[in-house]
Amino acid sequence: MSMTCWETVQAYGLRSIGIGENLLPKSDFTICQQFTLIGSGLIWNLYFGVLALTFGFFLANAIALARNARNPMIRKPAEWFVFVFRGSPLFIQFFLAYEALVLLPKGGIDILGIHLNTSWTTRAWAGALLVLFLNTAAYSAEIFHGALKSIPKGDLEAAEAYGLTGWKKFIRIEWPTMLRLGWPAYTNEAIFLFHATTLVYFSGFPAFAQKGDALYYANYFADKTFNPFIPYPIVAFYFILLTLIVTFIYGRVNRHLNRHLPANTRSRIRLRPQLIR
Amino acid sequence: MKKLLIATALAGFSGAAFAQDVVRLGTEGAYPPYNFINDAGEVAGFEREFGDELCKRAGLTCEWVTNEWDSIIPNLQSGNYDVIIAGMSITDEREEVIDFSQGYLPPASSAYLAAAADADLMSGPVAAQTSTIQAAFVAENGMQLVEYATPEETVAAVKNGEAVAVLADKDYLAPIAAESGGALVLLAKEESIGGGVGLGFRDSDDDLRGKFDEAIKSMKCDGTLDAMITKAEYFGPEAKTWGDAGKEGC
Amino acid sequence: MFEVCADPKAIEGLTWAACYLTSAKHVDFYWSFLTVLLLLAITAPAALGMGFMGATVARSHVLPLSLLGRTYIWMVRGVPDIIFFLFFVIALDQGLEYIKNLFVCDGGAWPWQGLEFRVCPEAKVPLAKSSAFWHQAYGFMLAVVTFAIVFGAFVANVIYGAMNAVPRAQLETAEAYGMSRAQVFRRILVPQMWVYALPGLGNLWMILIKATPLLFLLGVKDIVYYARELGGSKTQAYEYPHGDWRLWYFLGLLVFYLVFTRISEIGITRLTRKLSHGQATAGGEALRKAAA
Repeated sequence: MSMTCWETVQAYGLRSIGIGENLLPKSDFTICQQFTLIGSGLIWNLYFGVLALTFGFFLANAIALARNARNPMIRKPAEWFVFVFRGSPLFIQFFLAYEALVLLPKGGIDILGIHLNTSWTTRAWAGALLVLFLNTAAYSAEIFHGALKSIPKGDLEAAEAYGLTGWKKFIRIEWPTMLRLGWPAYTNEAIFLFHATTLVYFSGFPAFAQKGDALYYANYFADKTFNPFIPYPIVAFYFILLTLIVTFIYGRVNRHLNRHLPANTRSRIRLRPQLIR
Repeated sequence: MKKLLIATALAGFSGAAFAQDVVRLGTEGAYPPYNFINDAGEVAGFEREFGDELCKRAGLTCEWVTNEWDSIIPNLQSGNYDVIIAGMSITDEREEVIDFSQGYLPPASSAYLAAAADADLMSGPVAAQTSTIQAAFVAENGMQLVEYATPEETVAAVKNGEAVAVLADKDYLAPIAAESGGALVLLAKEESIGGGVGLGFRDSDDDLRGKFDEAIKSMKCDGTLDAMITKAEYFGPEAKTWGDAGKEGC
Repeated sequence: MFEVCADPKAIEGLTWAACYLTSAKHVDFYWSFLTVLLLLAITAPAALGMGFMGATVARSHVLPLSLLGRTYIWMVRGVPDIIFFLFFVIALDQGLEYIKNLFVCDGGAWPWQGLEFRVCPEAKVPLAKSSAFWHQAYGFMLAVVTFAIVFGAFVANVIYGAMNAVPRAQLETAEAYGMSRAQVFRRILVPQMWVYALPGLGNLWMILIKATPLLFLLGVKDIVYYARELGGSKTQAYEYPHGDWRLWYFLGLLVFYLVFTRISEIGITRLTRKLSHGQATAGGEALRKAAA
């Protein structure tokens, strides 16, 4: 009894978050099944990418500022943070994070009379998100730090001439200029962070109840059918779409950041490789 | 690895100089006492001794190859090795893809290893290795499955509380429970899944399968197989053997 | 290896640790670091070659060629590289055997039959009867080719940009001297391009280093494979039983990568300084001023 494609979509469209058919397909392995399940897994790639980028943006700003600080007590930890996360493979970071998180006491920790539950930290949705968040924060901090250092001297002098100092100067002049200068490189970071989410279920973090990301299901099909020519191109297709969407959204933001400039001096977004981290 | 270095240096030359009839045995190397990589970096365990004996009887030169469990069937298909000898249970699903020899280990039971004898299997995730009969069993019986790529990781998951129990072959889990000093126990509940352990072959390799079938049968007939199974370092005197059933048709 | 290690279960303390760390399996582990270095040593020039070709093709004035080059660069950029790694290793292997099958097998039948990829035994690469040595070398070669294809696209992207960054005036001057197109390319464009390409290439080198753990996914026994294998807890079936030490082995790998990338970073900085000498860039200008 084979299902129609619509029935397949109903059964497996939300399988990656535990809704629909309990067991994965064991026969047929139709193109429709592969498209549906792999697409369902993409939910997790979106989840990891969007949340890590959102939280990571704020931390990255803080670390970029800390790296610029005169006080070594603030600067040194920020430099080490960036060094460790940018200097080692994400693959190893995932593995170490999982191994370290499972060491937390399972019963929870009592701090100052408050009971903290820890068992959820080892789940991919929390643990892997934490790693991706710290990882993208480190890479983005480096981008913003570079942008901060390349703000034209004249801009800062002009700001001071207008009587802007300290926090006001930072929030009205330095920060917006830093964002504007760093944005093209930050767009690349966003794209490759989405790509990096495919590593989650390949290093350390286990899949619960066969709920995984796009690559987890593609790998499932490739193992079952011994034919890599269908599932992997499907993931590739989904990711090209995703890349186009990310480029579009970040391009709009870039236009907004550059809206005050004459058209010929605006910085355009150019893709630069930053693949495996 | 040393070989690898030389290999790449010589990669331009043809492989013909080394040509001889070699049968490549593929195993996982992470599932004692079935098969594991010992501290000398070589494949060891029951299947090592058994496989070498089969090759001797069949007059074949054999070579050992290790491969990750989850891609062990695809890599047989693509010809990276010719025989799977990795404690693989004979199942209908696998029969559709590859051919099995006759069983060389009688159907053994699968056991649950947990932190306490009263562990509730429905209360939390149950760990199993990806693409094993045990993983399929857990998923099909309403328990929450958590998959790991290696057997080692499934046991680690129970130790650190990630899973309430691990389901695997009892012979793999028993030594771990015994050496844990009471931290891990086998549950009374056992499952019998799978139809014994056999060698895996490509569908197209009937000749080779014939040779190995004959060798297995001869080991059953003269009792060497049973003697090997019950060795203390493998499955122990309590293990299920072929007995008289194995001698039928000798 | 040593006599005291003959009976590992009778020794303890430092002797045990010394014997443990020099077991044959650990020696294999130490060798696997060389595998990683070897992969880098072969892949880096290969990717540079692929990238150079890719960039040259993408700059071609023949439209189909140029499109081909750009598609190559763009495809690899839009898709997570791990997918290429998983895909190419099988695809290259089957592709090679399919082509060989057309020549050496009778009839050269379509090999994708149901769930099996079947070619005649003579078309196997390497032949089933070849020794393990060739099978390992072949696996390693597939990994190298895959890395070269993927990183080649990234290199092509960098070199393409660098070629466009060489000041137009330099090329026009050369043309005014009567150089042919090929001469301008060879004598002016390529030598000057490197200084613009270096920051990008340096970045790629760091990325390449950090991509080496993926060798493990390609079935090569690299440092990640051994760290996992050695670190896993061992029962009495092994000579050196111990608990779960994977965390420590992976911390070791982390340190290895941090040191390696740090050394590379210092090396790249020095090289950039050297190449900037006498160049019409901000870096070159800074060097000139410092000397004056």
